[in-house]
Amino acid sequence: MRNLKSLLFAFTLAFSVSAYAQTADEIINNYIENIGGKEKLEQLKGVQMIGNMKMQGMEIPFEMLSTKDGKQLVSIELQGNKMVWSAFDGETSWQRNQMTMDAEKSDSEATQNLKNELEQFPDPFLNYKEKGYTVELIGKETIDGTETFKIKLTKKPVLINGELTPNITNYYFDTENFVPIVTESQVNQGPMKGQTVKSTLSDYQEVGGIYFPFSIGSQFQTMEFKEIKLNPEVDAASFALPAKK
Amino acid sequence: MNKLIKVLACSFITVTASVNAQDIVLKGKELFGNLEAREIGPALMSGRIIDLENHPTNSKIIYAGSAGGGVWKSENAGASFVPIFDDYAQSIGSIAVDPSDPDNTVWVGTGEIWTRNSVSLGDGLYKSKDGGANWKKIGFEKSERISSIKINPNNSNEVYVAVLGALWSDSEERGVYKTTDGGKTWDKILYINEKTGASDLIMDPTNPNILYASMWEFRRTGWGFNSGGPGSALYKSTDAGKTWNKIHNGFPQGDLGRFAIAIAPSKPELIFAVVESKENKGLYRSDDAGKNWKLLNSDFGLVVRPFYFSRLVVHPTNPDILAKGGLFGSISRDGGKTFKNLGEMHADIHDIVFDIKNPDAMFVGTDGGVYRSWDGGATMDMVDNLPLSQFYHISVDNQEPYNIYGGLQDNGSWYGPSSSPGGIEARDWKRVGVGDGFRVLKHPTKNIIYSEMQGAQQVWRYDVDKNYNKTIQPLPIKGEADLRFNWNAPMAVSTHQPDRFYMGSQFLHVSEDMGDNWKKISPDLTTNDPAKQDKESGGISVDKSGAETHTTIFTIAESPLDENVIWVGTDDGNVQVTQNGGKTWENTVANISGLPKNTWVYHIEASSHNKGTAYAVFDGHTSGDMNTYVYKTTDFGKTWKSIVTDDIIGFARNIQEDYVNEDLLFLGTEFGLFITIDGGKNWSRFTNKMPATAVHFIDLQKQTNDLVLGTHGRGVIIIDDISPLREVNQAMLSKNVHFFKSKPGIIKEQGGFGGGSTELQFVGSNPSSAAKIIYYLKKRHTFGKMTLTIKDQNDNELITLTPGKAKGINVVSWGFRQKNPKVAAGKNFTRGGFTAPRVPAGTYKVVLKKGKKEYTNTIIVQNDPKSQISDSDRKAQRKTTMELYDDMERLAYLVHKVDAYLKSANRLKEDNKFKKVATKVIEVLQPLKETLVVTTGDNYVGEAEPELREKLSDLYSEVANQFEKPSLSQIENQGVLKARLTKAQEDFEKINKKVISKFESRKVKEGKKPTKVLSKEEFLSK
Repeated sequence: MRNLKSLLFAFTLAFSVSAYAQTADEIINNYIENIGGKEKLEQLKGVQMIGNMKMQGMEIPFEMLSTKDGKQLVSIELQGNKMVWSAFDGETSWQRNQMTMDAEKSDSEATQNLKNELEQFPDPFLNYKEKGYTVELIGKETIDGTETFKIKLTKKPVLINGELTPNITNYYFDTENFVPIVTESQVNQGPMKGQTVKSTLSDYQEVGGIYFPFSIGSQFQTMEFKEIKLNPEVDAASFALPAKK
Repeated sequence: MNKLIKVLACSFITVTASVNAQDIVLKGKELFGNLEAREIGPALMSGRIIDLENHPTNSKIIYAGSAGGGVWKSENAGASFVPIFDDYAQSIGSIAVDPSDPDNTVWVGTGEIWTRNSVSLGDGLYKSKDGGANWKKIGFEKSERISSIKINPNNSNEVYVAVLGALWSDSEERGVYKTTDGGKTWDKILYINEKTGASDLIMDPTNPNILYASMWEFRRTGWGFNSGGPGSALYKSTDAGKTWNKIHNGFPQGDLGRFAIAIAPSKPELIFAVVESKENKGLYRSDDAGKNWKLLNSDFGLVVRPFYFSRLVVHPTNPDILAKGGLFGSISRDGGKTFKNLGEMHADIHDIVFDIKNPDAMFVGTDGGVYRSWDGGATMDMVDNLPLSQFYHISVDNQEPYNIYGGLQDNGSWYGPSSSPGGIEARDWKRVGVGDGFRVLKHPTKNIIYSEMQGAQQVWRYDVDKNYNKTIQPLPIKGEADLRFNWNAPMAVSTHQPDRFYMGSQFLHVSEDMGDNWKKISPDLTTNDPAKQDKESGGISVDKSGAETHTTIFTIAESPLDENVIWVGTDDGNVQVTQNGGKTWENTVANISGLPKNTWVYHIEASSHNKGTAYAVFDGHTSGDMNTYVYKTTDFGKTWKSIVTDDIIGFARNIQEDYVNEDLLFLGTEFGLFITIDGGKNWSRFTNKMPATAVHFIDLQKQTNDLVLGTHGRGVIIIDDISPLREVNQAMLSKNVHFFKSKPGIIKEQGGFGGGSTELQFVGSNPSSAAKIIYYLKKRHTFGKMTLTIKDQNDNELITLTPGKAKGINVVSWGFRQKNPKVAAGKNFTRGGFTAPRVPAGTYKVVLKKGKKEYTNTIIVQNDPKSQISDSDRKAQRKTTMELYDDMERLAYLVHKVDAYLKSANRLKEDNKFKKVATKVIEVLQPLKETLVVTTGDNYVGEAEPELREKLSDLYSEVANQFEKPSLSQIENQGVLKARLTKAQEDFEKINKKVISKFESRKVKEGKKPTKVLSKEEFLSK
């Protein structure tokens, strides 16, 4: 339970890559094409993902909402109480304190880092060059028993404890169908800093002409989606930091 | 999208087509899927560090290169480290951070350079362009050892590499190399001969054209070591390596050995050198950039064991402070005139780096890990999260959980558990020997442990219960030869006679009374070649540690099927076997073809399937032969067959045969673990959470089928339950999904308290105590839904698990719990509500759904056989648990209804048409609600007084988590709460009839929809 906040925040829907070799671009183009095509992805205004978070034997119903302008929201249902657990309205990022269940602002670095990623929706690899991201094809690697292309995506650096830190995620694209089946990112603070955490992506299904992974799991928890809604109706107020009671 | 469908369709056809064509051979990760290893350390004594390197501008970043455990990086100023080099050779010689791109560009030269007898191998030079996240090999595959990398601070593409080279053979790879294109091409710019390597290279920090290179002539054999010769010399170049001049003005004459060299960063004309020499050895100082040298000091701390300690470091800002590696490490504050020891820490200091910002802070690499000091080296604090322990040997016992026993390079003998509450912590390891540790064996039946130190100088029989130990090594007998024990002397216990204990010198000794009395049961089984019995090893500096004693027995294997069949292997290449308990011996090595003469017999594995069958592993690396040699005999050694393929990387040291499937073998090599499922026709490297570290010994625990690896650099690594590998065959591999036989899951009743380690201390992970569902997928599941569900025999769904989706073997754990109850909504959460009931022992269905296809299997759940709890107690516990579970859900549903009406009433209370009835609803329902769940407070010290929900969930979780039948007070408490719940339901019904019904009928009358209340079924399945 203690890590719920950070875990929920650890996941934002993201596939992304940037420029090194032609081959990296070919892989990314194939990927974008295979999951629905550039045009469809560019037209997306928002995505709502509804499902269950499984962790430590518990199942917690949750929803994640992200919009083209970079707003994000995670709501969970804990023992019958449905609440927005954390959100970012483009300016302010906040989450609930687990003791008081009251909303508290994220620290300024976390907020700044989210602002840096406003443009990543719906997929960091979509027009990654314009976003200022770079990609590098590291090579072929077998992971999850499957041959993949390992592509390193470098996004804008993040600010961690006052220091600009590279923001790197490795994506492993199945060589057969060009969708990522595993991502790896580095822990960027605490004693685990520098260690990589692996997430597996699977259960890709089509929604409105776009393929999404309906299951995203790590050693800590798994998110399984029941439903993904494209361009949902969004109540702008729900992203904002709730007023103090 | 269309393309995707096409791709999928195509791949389908290819896969089906290839099935019948030929055998399916899966290699590595394709086979092992997500079967993973776990590292359990220990880290409390850590392991040998070769090189430390700091970032030139960010004092928080430090790299540590270890002898056999890869490269570790700290980003918190040395508080803790993480491994960043696990996929590559784990023996590190040198690390360099590019001064002009220090956040990103890091070079690693592999192959340790402090050339003791037990060193591992490197396989070249690597470069990272992202601070160690990804690595590329740059070349120098045959360099074996790289001692220094220097990068021009003004030009990242100009890099110098010093290759020390091969330890046990001639090599032309040695020397100093230079690239000017970032590593694409290299020129050899300084080379002496095939015996002399570049042992260090330094660059003037103010002028990158000025270089100093120390060259060292050295050679090790299985039986001796030589440091020094005419090749050893110190050179200087002032033209970026084009020309080199010997700078010996003031140095002793005659053959020299290894140099330690350093330049003062704040005063680059000040150079120090420690010179190994017969005469006038010691620390020399030059104040004119090497033109003239003056001897300052010949203290023991400076000149001891140059092959092991030749690192000299000058403080970055104070040229009077210099430190030298050594037995204890030395530091001078007067420019090298006098020295004192560094603070108390693990002995054998290999490298020192000063903090770049804090002049009093430093980091030190030792045979026992990394230490840090904040007071100029006076007090030393150990880094607690470097599990770099270097095992020579390990063994396991049959306890539950089983223990692992083993001996470590310079770090004694130990044993520790395979599982411990809260994880395997430093405190779980117990010491059973001092000095260097090697073999540690548990008596098969008694609580007695055998251990030893180097060369069997002491062999201990430790009685654990009495905390008493006795020294029991075999001693020479009057009129007979002195005994020659290997540095790593072999011992063995008998599986047939529990008190029988074997030791090998050049003879095989046996004791029938646990080492009290010994008899020899063999002649000298070695070649007894006097040429390999060098008593004056060392070269210029005599180095008599006993580490070079040769022509000794190295491995002893008694057949598990016949106590009269004993195999003995010697370090000089004999494979001896007796079939009559030692009366007669036959040397079978001549029957092996393709094996160079006198190749070290590292291990013999006597088969547990057939008494004539054995495996012999040979290691030729101490004569420079890095090939893999593994042979099998089925006829007591009359004929031998190689079972090596090109799949194997590195020379091998150990093999483990599976007890069940004769064709399943595990091989430990210098670069990791290799597994065959077909008797050696194909081998696969195991890399899932398994670093490419040298595997020195392997054991297979019989009850758990856990494969336990003793690595020489990453401690003990375990692969839990390898039994699925026994079932791998063609029929199974061709199926889309195959469930492996799973062992019954046992609901362990042990609990207990562990933890207490800080977040900076290494804690080894425990095995999962859950039931395991293990299956094979022919193809990774990527598209469409896949679920894994546990059902009872009546097809009731108990829980859905997260399935593994990798190609190959997948292991999914189930913690014996069904879903937790629906909990009444309150202001805050109740901790008890997260408790899920345990299922009773029995047989359960496992249903794997992949798209439209369904695959089923069963899994058996059993109670802890050690448990004292009766079946009737269990039934009572389960019954009360489920009653409370139902009460929790009854309450949850009641609160759902109350909330629904309250919400509706609150919404309409301002409407005049409803004001009266709605207010009435609120007036009676709100007080009821407040007795059911907390409506105020927080989850911490602002917590509200508990209401029915909180009390009920506390009792429920208490009963659900216990194994005993509910106590009388629990039953009584249950009665009280049940009565309150029933009363509340009745109260609600009354309110419903009298008050809510009026509100509802008013709503209908006014054309509003009735309040939406779910049925109980709908509510529970929501």
